[in-house]
Amino acid sequence: MTALVIAEHDNASIKGATLNTVTAAAAVGGDVHVLVAGFNAGAAAAAAAQIAGVSKVLHADSAALENGLAENLAAQVLAIAGGYSHILFPATASGKNVAPRVAALLDVAQLSDVTKVISADTFERPIYAGNAIATVQSSDATKVLTVRTTGFDAAAAQGGSAAVDTVAAAADSGKSSFAGREVTKSDRPELTAAKIIVSGGRALGSNDKFMEVLTPLADKLGAALGASRAAVDAGYAPNDWQVGQTGKIVAPQLYIACGISGAIQHLAGMKDSKVIVAINKDAEAPIFSVADYGLEADLFTAVPELVGSL
Amino acid sequence: MKVLVPVKRVVDYNVKVRVKSDGSGVDTANVKMSMNPFDEIAIEEAVRLKEKGVVTEVIAVSCGVTQCQETLRTAMAIGADRAILVETDAELQPLAVAKILKALVDKEQPQLVILGKQAIDDDCNQTGQMLAALTGLPQGTFASKVEVADGAVSVTREVDGGLETVKLSLPAVITTDLRLNEPRYVTLPNIMKAKKKQLDTVKPADLGVDVSPRIKTLKVEEPPKRSAGIKVADVAALVDKLKNEAKVIG
Repeated sequence: MTALVIAEHDNASIKGATLNTVTAAAAVGGDVHVLVAGFNAGAAAAAAAQIAGVSKVLHADSAALENGLAENLAAQVLAIAGGYSHILFPATASGKNVAPRVAALLDVAQLSDVTKVISADTFERPIYAGNAIATVQSSDATKVLTVRTTGFDAAAAQGGSAAVDTVAAAADSGKSSFAGREVTKSDRPELTAAKIIVSGGRALGSNDKFMEVLTPLADKLGAALGASRAAVDAGYAPNDWQVGQTGKIVAPQLYIACGISGAIQHLAGMKDSKVIVAINKDAEAPIFSVADYGLEADLFTAVPELVGSL
Repeated sequence: MKVLVPVKRVVDYNVKVRVKSDGSGVDTANVKMSMNPFDEIAIEEAVRLKEKGVVTEVIAVSCGVTQCQETLRTAMAIGADRAILVETDAELQPLAVAKILKALVDKEQPQLVILGKQAIDDDCNQTGQMLAALTGLPQGTFASKVEVADGAVSVTREVDGGLETVKLSLPAVITTDLRLNEPRYVTLPNIMKAKKKQLDTVKPADLGVDVSPRIKTLKVEEPPKRSAGIKVADVAALVDKLKNEAKVIG
């Protein structure tokens, strides 16, 4: 039994989500191999070989693989899929894009957002925005899964010494091409990996207020900034800050929700946080039912006061 | 060109679902059902493409029980021209739905298939990608902008860290993200008109598709409850708790 982890990388380094996926793959039992498919991605492959618990790295290099297009990456995975009992992707935008394509081409079902490995064929995954946890068993020969990174610890990025094998790159499908990327610039910790998250909702009122009120708190705590869907839709914060069922799933040590009411869809994204703090002036806000510490106050006075007393 | 839009009937997004006490699933009896929110966005986008003159016909499809007809009528009230119900009482998983949709794509030959990115009940986020794989078409998932021009479609996608644009040759499969558009409200006259539109019913067997599930649900449980928290009187008390009780800040 051997598991294949599809690495998420930027051709130079391995992204954090890959490390959590390696831990999930190790929990399945058996050897763990990692596929690094990219362009001029030798450095990423070398980094993958250092991950503790990885016994082999497969490196496919081609211009067609540079931007992780689903059509080409799925073909690459398929080309080497024979012999693997499990194929695991991190449940990131990239993993979710490619994993079902691979599964369908293998004619197997796919398991999304696995939060726990019970045995080689049985897994736990949340459904209904995290309001229920399903234990599911797959009868397929090859199990294709995406792994919810907050459900597994990160494997050590150092300490491994896997061999790097070069594999032939799959041909370009010719049906899709990469046209461009617009990256949101941020000096803060990555949202899904941050230990502390300061998150804001509709109550902030504007983009200026959002930044003016929450940035000092995030700076003071070394925290990432997050937002509710309402705040994102209103243009107070960029899309990729959204925490929730349709945004990012986070589980930091401390989550501070400022002016967020706590709709089901938002809670789905953050209720596994270790400690939740809610600052809201509405005593009836549902967020207080999941908050470890609730402060019923106007955030425009409470947050600056909090910054001052830290 | 023709567009196919699959829609799913799901428990309304505002309903707080309850897990059945025997652990067999979620209680869906007497619960309000609606069209999956991402699918509304898919229909809206198809109708907008039609209003721009890019698209000539919008076909809505739903797979499942007889009541999915209501979901299809809603899709037609938004602006779909006709609908197909693939009727079955069987539990349908994404792979089975993707195979049904492939059969319909083969039959109807649409240039675009627009799906929601995920259904809010099973939270799978698979069907569009699987359909693209089975039909050999390119995919543009998590779309926040769609532009059709010169036999190709440009799709701006919401990815971790920002946006990314891909160009796909037609025909293609697109899945919608929340910010693609704001679905319109259905008006009473359009609901009445939708009742007269064509709705065909077929069975999975008519399409030659085996829908037997590959994944068995062993049990469904409530997530672990968080222990009840406390309300603190002021900021000083909050800081004290975080430092000395929870020990999450230095």
